[in-house]
Amino acid sequence: MPNPQATRLVFELSQPGRRSSQLPASDVPTPAIRDILPAAALADAPPPLPELAEPDLVRHFTNLSTMNMSVDANCYPLGSCTMKYNPKRNERLASLPGWLNVHPYQPESTRQGCLQVLYELQQYLAEISGLPGVSLQPAAGAHGELTALMIAAAHFRQLGERRTIVLIPDSAHGTNPASARMAGFDTVTIPSTPAGFVDLAALRSRLDPRVAVFMITNPNTLGLFDAQVGEIAELVHAQGGLVYLDGANMNAILGIARPGDFGADMMHFNPHKTFAGPHGGGGPGAGPVCVAQPLAPYLPCPVVTRVGTHYALDDDRPLSIGRVRTFLGNFGVLLRAYCYIRTLGPDGLRQASEQAVLNANYLLSRIKHFLPVPYGDRCMHEFVASAEHLKHSSGLKQPAMDLGKRLLDFGFHAPTVYFPLTVHDALMIEPTETESKATLDAFAEALFHVTGESAALLHEAPHSTVISRPDEVTAARQPRLKWTPD
Amino acid sequence: MSYLLNNRQDQQAMLEAIGVQSLAELLACVPAALRLHRPLELPAAMSELELTQHLETLAARNTSAGQSAGQALCFLGGGNYDHFIPAVVDSLAERGEFYTSYTPYQPEVSQGNLQVMFEYQTLICQLTGMDVSNASLYDGGSATIEAALLCMSATRRTGKVVTAACVHPEYRQVMQTYLANLNTQLVTLAVPDGRVALPSLAAALDDQVACVVLQHPNFFGCLEEVSAVSDMVHAAGALLVLVFDPLSLGILKRPAELGADVAVAEGQVLGSPMQCGGSGLGILACREQYLRRLPGRLAGQTVDRRGRRCWVLTLQTREQHIRRDKATSNICTNQGLLALRAAIYLSCLGPHGLREVSERCAWKAHYCSACLTACQRFERRFAPPVFKEFVIRDRRGEVPQLLAQATQAGILAGVPLAPWYPELADCFLVAVTEKRTRSDIDRLSACLAGTLKTPGASHA
Amino acid sequence: MKPENLLFAETHEWAHIAHEAGGQVATVGISAFAVEQLTDLVYMELPEVGATVAAGEEFGEVESVKAVSPLFSPVAGEVLAVNTELPDHLETLHASPYDKGWIARIRITDESCLTKLLDYAAYQKQCAAAGDDPA
Repeated sequence: MPNPQATRLVFELSQPGRRSSQLPASDVPTPAIRDILPAAALADAPPPLPELAEPDLVRHFTNLSTMNMSVDANCYPLGSCTMKYNPKRNERLASLPGWLNVHPYQPESTRQGCLQVLYELQQYLAEISGLPGVSLQPAAGAHGELTALMIAAAHFRQLGERRTIVLIPDSAHGTNPASARMAGFDTVTIPSTPAGFVDLAALRSRLDPRVAVFMITNPNTLGLFDAQVGEIAELVHAQGGLVYLDGANMNAILGIARPGDFGADMMHFNPHKTFAGPHGGGGPGAGPVCVAQPLAPYLPCPVVTRVGTHYALDDDRPLSIGRVRTFLGNFGVLLRAYCYIRTLGPDGLRQASEQAVLNANYLLSRIKHFLPVPYGDRCMHEFVASAEHLKHSSGLKQPAMDLGKRLLDFGFHAPTVYFPLTVHDALMIEPTETESKATLDAFAEALFHVTGESAALLHEAPHSTVISRPDEVTAARQPRLKWTPD
Repeated sequence: MSYLLNNRQDQQAMLEAIGVQSLAELLACVPAALRLHRPLELPAAMSELELTQHLETLAARNTSAGQSAGQALCFLGGGNYDHFIPAVVDSLAERGEFYTSYTPYQPEVSQGNLQVMFEYQTLICQLTGMDVSNASLYDGGSATIEAALLCMSATRRTGKVVTAACVHPEYRQVMQTYLANLNTQLVTLAVPDGRVALPSLAAALDDQVACVVLQHPNFFGCLEEVSAVSDMVHAAGALLVLVFDPLSLGILKRPAELGADVAVAEGQVLGSPMQCGGSGLGILACREQYLRRLPGRLAGQTVDRRGRRCWVLTLQTREQHIRRDKATSNICTNQGLLALRAAIYLSCLGPHGLREVSERCAWKAHYCSACLTACQRFERRFAPPVFKEFVIRDRRGEVPQLLAQATQAGILAGVPLAPWYPELADCFLVAVTEKRTRSDIDRLSACLAGTLKTPGASHA
Repeated sequence: MKPENLLFAETHEWAHIAHEAGGQVATVGISAFAVEQLTDLVYMELPEVGATVAAGEEFGEVESVKAVSPLFSPVAGEVLAVNTELPDHLETLHASPYDKGWIARIRITDESCLTKLLDYAAYQKQCAAAGDDPA
């Protein structure tokens, strides 16, 4: 049961004089700080942080944790996010002191274990993607996109070609255009066909020598594999451009198809999705980038290399774009991906993708009878249903949101709603491979049940959660972004 | 091994419900010509026991920081530090309800994470004195360039960003990488004295400069004259981005008091392990007037339909999923788990605990510096004041050999500066945290002075 | 002001043209129809006083919780004044779109831009074609 006393803000729980941390008395001389540091640099008092005893803290954060839905506790079919089971062994193994207590500037000889993991992971990702150049440095998927676009920019600068445009399908994640802009490009949107694929005629009309990169998500955000991708790559390459694959949906094609084989020149992985890294309440993730051999010289510095049995960092790469973050990347996330790939092996990875596709198609086959799936009868690892008809039948203004909210009452996390933008009142559903048929049946039944409920019940849902329907308008009109003593 | 649940019968029933004969039929939408027609060339699957043994073997190839046999005393810094992490931080952050959840798209079932974000934002404002903090970014380096981009947008000056050689070299490299694509010049001031000289800064300031990026304490551990820099920067119509050390703020003035417009930091020191440098925690806080230019997630307080206080993601129109190519940044999520750890850690320390950490870092660094320079061979390369790090010059100029010998003796004695500063090839950077005891420090100085008597090889 | 006396851009901004001190000055705002469509506005960014704007150029924006809508200048000219009260009282846009909800006053520098604007009847027709009744 929720404990409202303990879930007040830490600042409200604060009592002068309480503390949960005490360091030993100093065993070195303790001159007055003003005698060793200039008065102008010193604060009059330490910051006004809250004061809590350890039991306060434990009860507070433990209670807060129970106010979250999580993969450990709930089916979490949040489309595009691949909320699969996060293996406990990976958590334990990533927490060995031999990983946690390693400093990034230790001599290479004293961190051969870390470097070996990174080197081998580079090899695995190269094999899975079919793209041999790998950088593990980017900190998240969006960061990987940006890194790849910077690689493209550096490549064209090196060739002396002035290419300023990145083409992006209308169904793409918002990160694609935002990353393109940060890498200095202008963006042009390519429409989709009524069947949900890239409109080839529109693409052709936009392709010219100013185009640097075409960004494609495949399988796309509708959960469909765009079989034109080979032809698309030929068209883009014929104009001297590069193809970037947004790897958000790699969980559908592990061991089945490789981006490097179907025409991509660059891609990123989301190890926190595809390779079962926990999402951490929204990070840390990682965004390893894989590129074709001609682009490898531009990868961020450093990359991990092997000389005989010694693993080393290669920083001497004159064409490199440079660094995109500090140190070597989100090592902890990468280590969990390593554990996952070693646990599943080649057959296990392929099976995971096959079962992800089977689960999604099964759920689609159950749901399509009461919620239309505008883009067809089949999908890869996810599909997008539309709740638009409920607008007319029930008068709900945002029926996809209302259905999602009501599902929370049944213990299911909501699907992704109102994305992609190309489907009206979209519910994007990705069950992942780590849900059973029984859970999928229960989800389909809950969804069927709620689509028949009254508009009033749906519009005020959820009814069983600690809060319901926060006022987002007030939050945005008068932003309160921190606690202040009243 | 896999984590699948459906047996053959389940799968058959599912295929029938779908109306297909086989899995292959489902995957027929991937044209044969685009497929992989062989198994992936990856190592065979491992059981949990095999994996555990394998990972333990690999981890043992690292020398980890610690006091036990086979571990090493760590005096390394440069943006990643061996500070003490209380058990409550690990214990609470390891709750699956935290780490297996995702970004709070459904506030009704994410109040735990949203409240943590709100508490984190408040704690960072309390720590820095700044008006607003976002819910965190990737790491200190990427937070620094995001801050510079914010300043370029706020000042509408895109010509130059000014920084100095005493700002973390990797942060400067990250800025250089990003700015190379935006036609913005990164001007780096030379710092022969280990800190920014005001006349050289004055010479670099003009109406093209969006911001000055300064670190305090800087990469060499030295304190800067931030207030004076701030006055000059603002007089030139530019903004000040201050890179700070969160654990210095138990004793040092907060960034807001020093005149910072944007304060950024690496938050690993707030309760997260070194972990070979990742994951990091990018702290970014700014003055109120730049709120709408902030990159990254923000949690805001509101009420629900029954008037109950609660938290939501807010001001999302800044972000990529709405504003797409005009977003303040391409960043999606925050570093939720690291921000959680920082929130627990800061709540755990409180004002007195933070001051204890800051004081001990300063005392121990000063003691260590005195011990090392008692040996004729070593001198401080730059004048005081310093906080918890300092640069030592080896008068014999044999830094690689010296550090290698220390490593052999089980001591990670310092970070050589040669890779970034060829002119400082005879120098290394020493960091001392509250974890180092007097005897650790005495052992370091004996080792570097060549008077340590230990069976060193066993520590390698 | 009555909407019948205003000119409208296809992008839903209105302009009221007045002769002042030897030139034409446009008072501009957004139509009641547009305000209705935008719902729950939370933020507005005004043009800058002194800025030169072209007809059809983006000169500000309004935001709802999950959408951003650019504001386009209906006329070409120099921004003389902006309604600084408005961002703090966005409800004024609903209550008084054609009077207290004015956004900016612009000294028109190129009168040819006025020929591209619609009269109220034509604008009403455009809104009706978009599927809803104009206000």
